[in-house]
Amino acid sequence: MSEIRTEYYRDGARKAQQDPVLQSALAAAQSRIGGATAKAYMDFPEGPGLRLLGHDIRMKAIENLDILLETLVENIQKKGGHVHFAKDGREATEYCKEIALSRGVRRVVKGKSMVTEEIGLNSALMEEGIKVTETDLGEFIVQLAGEHPSHIIAPAVHKTRREIGKLFSEKLGIPYTTDPPTLTQAARKALREEFLSADMGISGCNLACAETGHITTVSNEGNIRMATTLPKIHVVFMGMERIVARLEDHDILLRLLATGAAAQKMAVYVSYIGGPRTPGQQDGPEEFHLIILDNGRSRILADEEFREILCCIRCAACLNVCPVYGKIGGHAYGHTYCGPIGAVLTPLLVGVNRAKDLCMGETLCGACQAACPVNIDIPRMLLSLRAKLADGDPQWSVTRSSLMEKAFYMAWAGMVRDRRMYELALRAVSGAQKLLPRREGWVHRLPPPFHGWSIHRDMKPVSGKSFIRRWSETHGRRGEGGNEPR
Amino acid sequence: MHSMNHPVTLFVQCLVDALYPEVGEAVVRIFQKLGIPIECPTAQTCCGQPAFNTGYRKEARSAAKRFIEIFEGAERIVCPSGSCVHMVRHHYADLFADDPEWARRAKEIGARTYELSEYLVDVLGVEDLGAAYHGKITYHDSCHLLRGLGIAEQPRRLIRHVRGAELIEMKDSERCCGFGGAFSFKYPDISAAILDDKVKNIVATGADLVVGCDMSCLMSIQGRLSRIGSSIAVLHIAQLLAG
Repeated sequence: MSEIRTEYYRDGARKAQQDPVLQSALAAAQSRIGGATAKAYMDFPEGPGLRLLGHDIRMKAIENLDILLETLVENIQKKGGHVHFAKDGREATEYCKEIALSRGVRRVVKGKSMVTEEIGLNSALMEEGIKVTETDLGEFIVQLAGEHPSHIIAPAVHKTRREIGKLFSEKLGIPYTTDPPTLTQAARKALREEFLSADMGISGCNLACAETGHITTVSNEGNIRMATTLPKIHVVFMGMERIVARLEDHDILLRLLATGAAAQKMAVYVSYIGGPRTPGQQDGPEEFHLIILDNGRSRILADEEFREILCCIRCAACLNVCPVYGKIGGHAYGHTYCGPIGAVLTPLLVGVNRAKDLCMGETLCGACQAACPVNIDIPRMLLSLRAKLADGDPQWSVTRSSLMEKAFYMAWAGMVRDRRMYELALRAVSGAQKLLPRREGWVHRLPPPFHGWSIHRDMKPVSGKSFIRRWSETHGRRGEGGNEPR
Repeated sequence: MHSMNHPVTLFVQCLVDALYPEVGEAVVRIFQKLGIPIECPTAQTCCGQPAFNTGYRKEARSAAKRFIEIFEGAERIVCPSGSCVHMVRHHYADLFADDPEWARRAKEIGARTYELSEYLVDVLGVEDLGAAYHGKITYHDSCHLLRGLGIAEQPRRLIRHVRGAELIEMKDSERCCGFGGAFSFKYPDISAAILDDKVKNIVATGADLVVGCDMSCLMSIQGRLSRIGSSIAVLHIAQLLAG
């Protein structure tokens, strides 16, 4: 399992905010992709409503997951592929390790895969003395730097040309340059050597197709195609939810994926792979293994409230528009999945209490849902997670996050049901606030727990006379609630 | 009965009630100007959104039930906040998902609850309230108003009809201002960083006035403008239109 650091959200966020290089990289990435995606949705021949159709297709697949997976497995086995279900990350890495060790694998090339990041596959293989090379350019950079991806599809979004130039000159021994084509060429050269000498290729799976028995990989660099066809063994890691029923569904979802990810009509390379090479075929691996990973997903599937999050096709469109992600970057979230999708998925995978800042640290602005190519209602699920933190939840082993806050809201609930008490409270606040420091009529410093507000902003004081009091004085206490029904 | 003769009931929003009573008074003046009778239940307090957004559903339900009891007899409910209308119209359904009777009552009220600019433009068909403002105005799209209720054009039409006013669109108007309720004081640095982008975009328009339909966002924007000593004014659209 890759390291979980969700408890350090605030520290990570602070560090990110103090990093001017990261700040400008995030701003540039968001302004470049965020707006372009929204525009691209309008250009679908079917219109922007295609997103809703995509949602239906994904939801239907999630609701019929057992049947779809069974069909996929049968079809892949028919073609001579091996399939293994792994209940958690450990089982998945152990299975992969076993294949590698029993076949004497020394070198592995990888296509970009967040699910292998989730289970910490690289370090598990490297502990066995196996060399693992990431072949997606961004992942390659992040791996050379000894870091983790900070974005689901643009893993090195936090790094500048200068940093990459320095990194390449140190690790690849090329003269320092910040010229992107030269740097890309250097990576390409290093990677070609890896591709040609690798004994095993590992990839993720963007979306499997049950009826044809294929997994698909999507990339813009062509690296996954090389990683999955050159080595003798191809191992695929697939999150158990990444499947749809039919090829027609792929037509729609792969377009939605490319649009959500990069405002593209279609990704540059899409490969359908369904097993090892057959006699007479020139290319392809001799062995094909599909590892289907649960790792907490069936628990999500079992809960109607959160099932919808499994519709995600990992395009990262939500990251590109999220105001919070735009300020804190991906590492602050402390786990593989960051941004709005991570704010829902990570707590469900690693524990709601330990990821409570991910659930609470969002503005609920809804930009994520609007940007999502399959229209996932992320704000709804963030609210559901908050409800679990507020009152605890045995099903998800969540304990109440703050007794003080609970007491506050209980008192509040009593007050809002009784205008007279409410009015007294308003007057009490209005009186008490006279003690607070002011400047030109604005409160300059607020007491805890609201003091965060006044670090950066002034506060309008509570009015000496509420609107309702003013109204009552001029109109009398009439209207629906005038009799104070209890 | 034609909409223009139909009385409206004011759902005032707790923030306006407590901190910005002048916004509530502006709403009243608008309807008086239009000759539309306006009622205001004096037992109202809060729709429950603060508790709901923080996860305290039991407490939010308690507030919501009280809201429903108070407003159930009202035929047309108008509120100067997109966020509160979004709560009543959409989130009450989540709140009463396990309680069909209250869910029904909530749904009925939700269908009769309108945001102010929406009521003026879509229901009454009024875009020109005869207001005047001599200066440059920029408009902030509040998130729940825009993405929750789909209201973007209505307030802009109302602003464009204000005599002497020039509407200048800011960059990324539809982007969140960073308020987010409790988020604003629980994660103050992130909230302020988002807010600063908003303020930068406001300043860049050269406008002397920011207008919006939600006092929550505007309070945050105004609080930051005040802190940095900016002379840019902030008004709720009701204040602009009431003249």
